[in-house]
Amino acid sequence: MCRIGAIKSQHYIHLSATLKLMRSQQKGYDNSGFAIVAQDLGGIFEKYKNFPILSLAGNNKAVEITEKYTQSLGFSKVFQYKMEVNNNEKLNIEPLENYIFIAYEYPKNYENSTKEQKENLLLDTRLKLRELLSENDDGYVYSFYENVISLKEIGSPVDIGKYFNLFGDKVDIKAKILTVQCRQNTNYDIVRYAAHPFFLSGYTTLTNGENTFYEKNKLALKPLYKGYIGFESDSQCFLYTLHYAHKILKWPIEYYKHILTPLSWDEMQAREDKEVLTRIRMSMANFEINGPNATIGVLPDGTMINVMDSKKLRPVVVAKDKDIAIITSEITGVNELLPNRDINKDIYTNERETIVIDNNLNIKRIKQ
Amino acid sequence: MKFNVNTISQDALPWIIEYDSSKCMLCGKCCAVCSFQAIKVDVQKRKKIQAISNENGFSIDSDQKAIPVIKQVIDEKHFCRGCGMCTKVCPNGAIKARRNKTEIFGTRYRAKTAQSVKRGGRNNLHCEKRTLDKIKVGRISQMTDPSLDALRHTFDIRTNLGRILSPDKLNFSVCENELKINGNMPVNTSIYPVIISDMSIGALSPRMWEAIAIAVAYLNEVKGIPIRMCTGEGGIPDRLLKSRYLKYMILQIASGHFGWNRIVNALEYMKEDPAGILIKIGQGAKPGDGGLLMAQKNVRLIQEIRGVPHADLLSPPNHQGLYSIEESVQKMFLSMNCAFKFRVPVAIKVAASSTSVSVYNNLLRDPYNIVGGFFIDGMEGATGAAHEISLNHTGHPIVSKLRDCYLSAVKQGRQGQIPIFAGGGIGMNGNLAADTFKMLCLGANGVIIGKLILQIAGCVGNDYGKCNACNTGCCPVGITTQNPKLTQRLDIDTVAQNIANYIIASDIELKKLLAPVGNSSLPIGRSDALISVDKNVADRLNIQYAC
Repeated sequence: MCRIGAIKSQHYIHLSATLKLMRSQQKGYDNSGFAIVAQDLGGIFEKYKNFPILSLAGNNKAVEITEKYTQSLGFSKVFQYKMEVNNNEKLNIEPLENYIFIAYEYPKNYENSTKEQKENLLLDTRLKLRELLSENDDGYVYSFYENVISLKEIGSPVDIGKYFNLFGDKVDIKAKILTVQCRQNTNYDIVRYAAHPFFLSGYTTLTNGENTFYEKNKLALKPLYKGYIGFESDSQCFLYTLHYAHKILKWPIEYYKHILTPLSWDEMQAREDKEVLTRIRMSMANFEINGPNATIGVLPDGTMINVMDSKKLRPVVVAKDKDIAIITSEITGVNELLPNRDINKDIYTNERETIVIDNNLNIKRIKQ
Repeated sequence: MKFNVNTISQDALPWIIEYDSSKCMLCGKCCAVCSFQAIKVDVQKRKKIQAISNENGFSIDSDQKAIPVIKQVIDEKHFCRGCGMCTKVCPNGAIKARRNKTEIFGTRYRAKTAQSVKRGGRNNLHCEKRTLDKIKVGRISQMTDPSLDALRHTFDIRTNLGRILSPDKLNFSVCENELKINGNMPVNTSIYPVIISDMSIGALSPRMWEAIAIAVAYLNEVKGIPIRMCTGEGGIPDRLLKSRYLKYMILQIASGHFGWNRIVNALEYMKEDPAGILIKIGQGAKPGDGGLLMAQKNVRLIQEIRGVPHADLLSPPNHQGLYSIEESVQKMFLSMNCAFKFRVPVAIKVAASSTSVSVYNNLLRDPYNIVGGFFIDGMEGATGAAHEISLNHTGHPIVSKLRDCYLSAVKQGRQGQIPIFAGGGIGMNGNLAADTFKMLCLGANGVIIGKLILQIAGCVGNDYGKCNACNTGCCPVGITTQNPKLTQRLDIDTVAQNIANYIIASDIELKKLLAPVGNSSLPIGRSDALISVDKNVADRLNIQYAC
C-alpha cells in the first residue's frame, strides 16, 4: 500500500520534513519509490517565485534536448539547480544522471499574456518535452509551473533521501506546501510517471488505494483535455477529475466529493438540491470512483483538501498545531512532526466529508 | 394394397406421441387438455387369435373387439408441439411426446399449404455455447481492493433512462458557492437496470399481462426495486392509463400505432406520467418485419383496446413517413416529447444490425438532445409470432453489437449520453444477474428481458423446438392466448409472485457479482472486470483473454 502525506505550513520548512513524516510509516509501504512535490517555495527558490520552474530528471541528452527545445520557444534560463547526489554509499535506488530544477523567464512575446495563456504555454511545453524525452527514454519532466518543483525516484525512500542529501541542511530547498508519497504504484509497471503526487497546472493530488473504476474514468477523461495523459497510475484520474471539475467546469470544491462518490439515489431524493446532485451523478457517472481510496489534493491557491472513498476507507488523519497542518496516512507520521499538538483535535476524515484547509490553516469539514 | 404416400405421416411431424394403452385408464384428460387438438380419442380394432388344444387336436379361437385409444392427429394444423400438457395431466404416465429429430415437417408444411411457417419463441438454431457464457467475471478484488460483503453492504443498483448531457453542457450557474439550475434540461430518470420488455396485450393474455404489471408494482412499491415494464404495441387498459401505476409503464408506439388513440385521449386524465415512451423501429427476433397478431388472438377486448376490427393485425415493417434518422428525430421524437411536455424520456428500439453503430452515432449527435435511450435487440430475442425464416435466418447477435455501439460512443467522448438497453437472449441460460452484469461491464446501461418472464410464468417453450406456438392462440399455459378456457389455466397471483421472486433473487445474485469486484454501484463500461476463455471473443470485445 502507498503511504501519503501533505504538510501545509505558515512558514517555510525543509524538504527533510517529508522524510520525517514518512519514515515512521515505513511498515506500510514496500520501499519501491519516493516522490515529492513542493509548492510555495523558499530557500534557494524564494527569489524565483514568479518564474516557471521545470523539474527534469534524465541523462545528459535529456538536458540537451530540454535546453534546445525551451530555447527554441524563447524561454531564457534565469536559475538552475542540480541536485547534488551521494554516490558514496551503497543505496537502494535506480538513479538517473541528472536531477535539475530550471527557472525560466517567459518568452518575450508572452510579456503581456494572461495567466491562462502562460499556463497553456507551460503545459504545452511540458507535454512536448515529455514526448521528446520519451522517444529514447532519455528523461522525465514532472512539472513546469511557477513556484513548484517535483522530485521522484524509484527505490527505498530513506536511501533516496540519503542519495539526494535531504537529511540535514545541505540542500537549501524549502516550501510551505509539501506533498509526499512512498511506494511506487505497483498495480501496474513501476515507472516514474506512475508516482504520485501528480501535478497539473497548479493542482496536485496523491491517492492511497485502488481506483476500481479506473477504466471508466480513463476513457471519460482522456478526450477532455490535452493535459489528461499518461494514466500510468489509476490515481491520476483523481487529479484530472479535480482539474476538470474545479478549473474547467469552475464548480465549487464541495462538488468534487459529489462527483467521486455520489450519494445513493435514495439519499439524494431527501435533499433540497436533489435536482443538481442527480444531474451531476448522471452526467458524471464515468468520473465516479468506487474505492478504496484516500485522496489528498492541493488547489492552485494553496488550499489543501482531503476526501475519502465512501465505503472502503483507506487510513488517513488530519492534524495541526499553530503553524503546521498535516494530512497523512498514519498517526505515527503526525506524531513525529507535531508531537505537542492537541490530539483531541485530530480528525479522521469520514466517508461523507471533504476536509478543506485554507491558507490560514483553518480546517473546514464539509458534509457531503 | 393402395395407399396415398403423399399425405403427411406421423414420422414427419416435429413431435411424435408415444402412447401406452396398457397404462391408459381412459380418463380423457390428455385430450381435454391439449389446446392444439393434436390428440384425439379413437377406436382400434383388436383381433386375438388363439390355438386351443382339445381332444380333437386343437381349435382356433378368434376374439375380436374394438378398444378406445388415444391417437395422434396427423395433419398440418393440429400437429403436436411437444408442450407436454398431456404428460402432465396423465395419472399413469401413459402418454408423452417425443421430439422427432428429422427436420422434414417444415418442408412438408410449405409443400402442402403454400404458406410460410410461422411460430413464436426464439430462433431454433441454438446449438453453440452463447457468447455471454464464454465470458467470466475475472477481476476479483483481493488484498489491494477488498471485496465487499454482498449481504451486509449497501448497493446502489440504479441506472438511468433519458438523455444525459455532458458535464460542460449542464445548465448550471454558481451562486454563493452552490450550483443552481438555470433552465430546462432533458428529462432523465433513475431506474433498475432491467426492463421487462415490450410484450403487448394481445400477444399476451390479459391475465399474463396483468400478472407482470402486478409484479412490477409490487417490486416498486414494496421491495424498492424500481423496475419498469414496457407495454408493447397495442395500448394499455384505460383504467391503468388513468391510475397512479402508470409511472411504472413505458408506453410503446410502433409502426401500427395500435392503442395510441386511447392513450392520446387519456392524456388529460393521467394522474402520473408514464416511465417513458419507446418508439419501436424493429425487434431482434424478426428484424425488418412488423408486429404480427393473428386474428385468432384479436378478440373483442383486444379490439377495444387497440381500436381495430377483428382481423389479422400486421404492423408495417417501418414507420410510414419516416425516411431518415434526422426526420425521425424531428417528427416522431419531438412530437412524443411535446405530447408529454418534455417530462417523459423518449427512447428508440431497433433490431441489432450491421448498421446499429451508425444509427446510434447519428442519434448521439442529435443537437436537440431529445433521444433518451437506445434499445438494441439481438437475434436471440423472442417473439409472439413471426415467420420462421425471419426467426432463424435474420438478425444480429447482441453482445458484439452492444460493445461496438459503446466503444463508438467512447471514441466520441459521448459514452452514457444516450443510455443503451440491450436485449435478445438475456437470461436465456436462466441466470439474469450474470447476463446483466456482463452486459453492463461491456457498456450497457441496462438490459431488456421478455421470454425469460414468460418462462418464469410457466411457458414451456424452449429453443429446441418445444411448443413455440404463441402465434396460434392455443398457448397451453394461458400466456399467449385469448381463449378464455386457456387463460384460466394461468393463476395471476402465482405468476405475479413468481416474477417478483425471480427479480428479487436476481437482485441478490447481482450483488453477489458486484461484491467480489468491489463495486457498490453499477460497473457500466467496466470491461476490465471481465475475461474471456475464448480468444476470438476476447479480441472481438476488447477484453482480456484468459486460459
